[in-house]
Amino acid sequence: MSEKASRRRPRVRDERITLVHGAGGKATRDLVEALFLEELGNPLLDPLGDSALIDAGGVKLAFTTDAHVVQPLFYPGGDIGSLAVNGTVNDIAVAGARPIALSAAFVLEEGLSTADLRRVVASMAEAAQEAGVVVAAGDTKVVEHGRGDGLTITTSGVGLVDDRVSLGAEKVRPGDKVLVSGTLGDHGMAVMIARGNLELELEIESDSASIFPLAESLFALGEDLRWLRDPTRGGLATTLNELTEASGLCVVLEEKALPIREQVAAACEILGLDPLYVANEGKLIAVVAPARFEEALALLRAHPLGADAQVVGEIEPEPKGLVLLQTAFGGSRVVDMLSGDPLPRIC
Amino acid sequence: MRYIDEYRSGGLARALASELAETMPQDRALALMEVCGGHTHAIYKHGIDELLPPGLELVHGPGCPVCVIPVGRVDDAISLALEPNVVFTTFGDMMRVPGSKGSLLDARSRGADVRMVYSPLDALELASANPEREVIFFAIGFETTAPSTAVTLLRAQALGIENFSVFCNHVTIGPPLKAILDAPELRLDGLIAPGHVSAVIGSRPYDFIASDYGRPVVVAGFEPLDILQSVLMLVRQLAAGRAEVENQYTRLVRRDGNPRALEAIEQTMELRDSFEWRGLGSIPSSGLRLREELADWDAERRYEVPGVSVPDHKACQCGQVLRGLVKPWECKVFGTACTPESPIGTCMVSSEGACAAYYHYGRNRPKRGTVPA
Repeated sequence: MSEKASRRRPRVRDERITLVHGAGGKATRDLVEALFLEELGNPLLDPLGDSALIDAGGVKLAFTTDAHVVQPLFYPGGDIGSLAVNGTVNDIAVAGARPIALSAAFVLEEGLSTADLRRVVASMAEAAQEAGVVVAAGDTKVVEHGRGDGLTITTSGVGLVDDRVSLGAEKVRPGDKVLVSGTLGDHGMAVMIARGNLELELEIESDSASIFPLAESLFALGEDLRWLRDPTRGGLATTLNELTEASGLCVVLEEKALPIREQVAAACEILGLDPLYVANEGKLIAVVAPARFEEALALLRAHPLGADAQVVGEIEPEPKGLVLLQTAFGGSRVVDMLSGDPLPRIC
Repeated sequence: MRYIDEYRSGGLARALASELAETMPQDRALALMEVCGGHTHAIYKHGIDELLPPGLELVHGPGCPVCVIPVGRVDDAISLALEPNVVFTTFGDMMRVPGSKGSLLDARSRGADVRMVYSPLDALELASANPEREVIFFAIGFETTAPSTAVTLLRAQALGIENFSVFCNHVTIGPPLKAILDAPELRLDGLIAPGHVSAVIGSRPYDFIASDYGRPVVVAGFEPLDILQSVLMLVRQLAAGRAEVENQYTRLVRRDGNPRALEAIEQTMELRDSFEWRGLGSIPSSGLRLREELADWDAERRYEVPGVSVPDHKACQCGQVLRGLVKPWECKVFGTACTPESPIGTCMVSSEGACAAYYHYGRNRPKRGTVPA
């Protein structure tokens, strides 16, 4: 079965944009494929990777962009500034590249506190320094009060592709191992709790960080490193579904192996959310050839950001296109893509 | 995680599963209905169905608060949300339920101020903080959620918060169960009764199922071991020819429920003559409305709502799914025209809906058919 034939043709049937289109699940993908790709499609954009890979006269560049909106602007473990830097740096890193330079465009809403803006920009500077990139270009616009979300930051970035690696869903083979670099769901849950309307007294910090050092250590695996992603919006579940859809293979996850902080697991239990769908901003997922997975795990764990790294699953040939989970209880289930925003359950 | 992991032990599950296989009668198939959508969700999420012996089938029931709201009431909600100066507050799931002309989420993209809340008290707080706006809360759910609406109403009354009202769609669990048991189409051998509803109403209200219909009932908790143990308790009763109401969820459910919660409901709400259910039609004495004394907080009295009964989408089989007559995948539009992204019916919207649970978690399962009548 060809992977293309099994896919439904994406359509945008909705008359208007709703929040579902921004949640990172199927509706987002349909919007991108049926509207943006239809109008803007080209060989660089069409693969819809985290970064576009550009051959610039023999030099291979990774190029990407990301718009950052988050409420609140500050939360435990990070803020919109560090997020804007790390989000773009990480998209470059998982393309197998070393981030070099970023641009940053700010849309400021009339009334924004200058002190808050300085705090955000200082945080960007710190994150950029840690990630080894510079902000090489920028732009600022101010919109009327009520016409912006306080502050939005769009960052673009370029990186130099590491010539040892060759990544892609088409490189993934049955038997390969799936690794995650640490605990799942920290960022999304930290932000949800920081919004302050859940009345949960839990101390959960965002994991926002540059994952380039982790990615770079894995580049040493060469061709045995098959695929890398950062599971941001939509979480591990959505990112792995993108892999199974693109590769036509199956991922089988082991529930017992998934690293999830007790506080995050507890918050998810209370709210009826699944940590597999909650966003991460400082984690990577790697698919590695079976012969090298122990080495990959050791490489990740050697870095403080990868101390909780785990092998969480394996690639299997069937059932095609699905992500499955072996539950700790002894059953199994499908792990679907996110549909709509994750919503707390009613009762 | 303490108090959770204990109820998810794979070792205990294997022990229960083998005991279940030994207890299962050899000479007949059994069909048990898990009434509550929370159970349906847990069954698929943990793969409990895969641990059941051959011949034992779980049939999904009507206990999904979002699923049973009919199209007409969604239209009423949207009409309230579009009233000038209104902030319409709702549980998140309800925002995506399609009415005859779109959902609350669509109404929001057209300018209605629709906001998600986690509790009716949050809606009341919003009213208190925004005295110039009119805040309406979309109250849905069985006896599980009715007490929190009741408490909120009592507080609104005590504090004299006048810019707050409730669009009441609360329902009771007994009448739809009776309707299902009275229907000639389906053979059901026993019922797994909802845990959270029973924490409020107790296990006594199910006595009629054992005495009048000769079917065993076990009130079950929501962790996978709770459910598996409840299935075993039902099969034991059936193997021994008993039909009793038993309580597996003893850590939360008392025989007479929670008297304070029941009193709050009683103080604020009364039974409607009849209420329309999706898929089950109008059922007498099955829905709750606000009492006359709380008319000032009753959105249906304060605003004009269309109040029109609207038939389900022609292709939608949520009605049959809610009565356990068809499996989600047997519906003609399941997974094609009707998906969680663009749902036609309610069962595909709510995480407690059988279609959504099967779509998200169960698509790797062999498609076992429904037990015929």
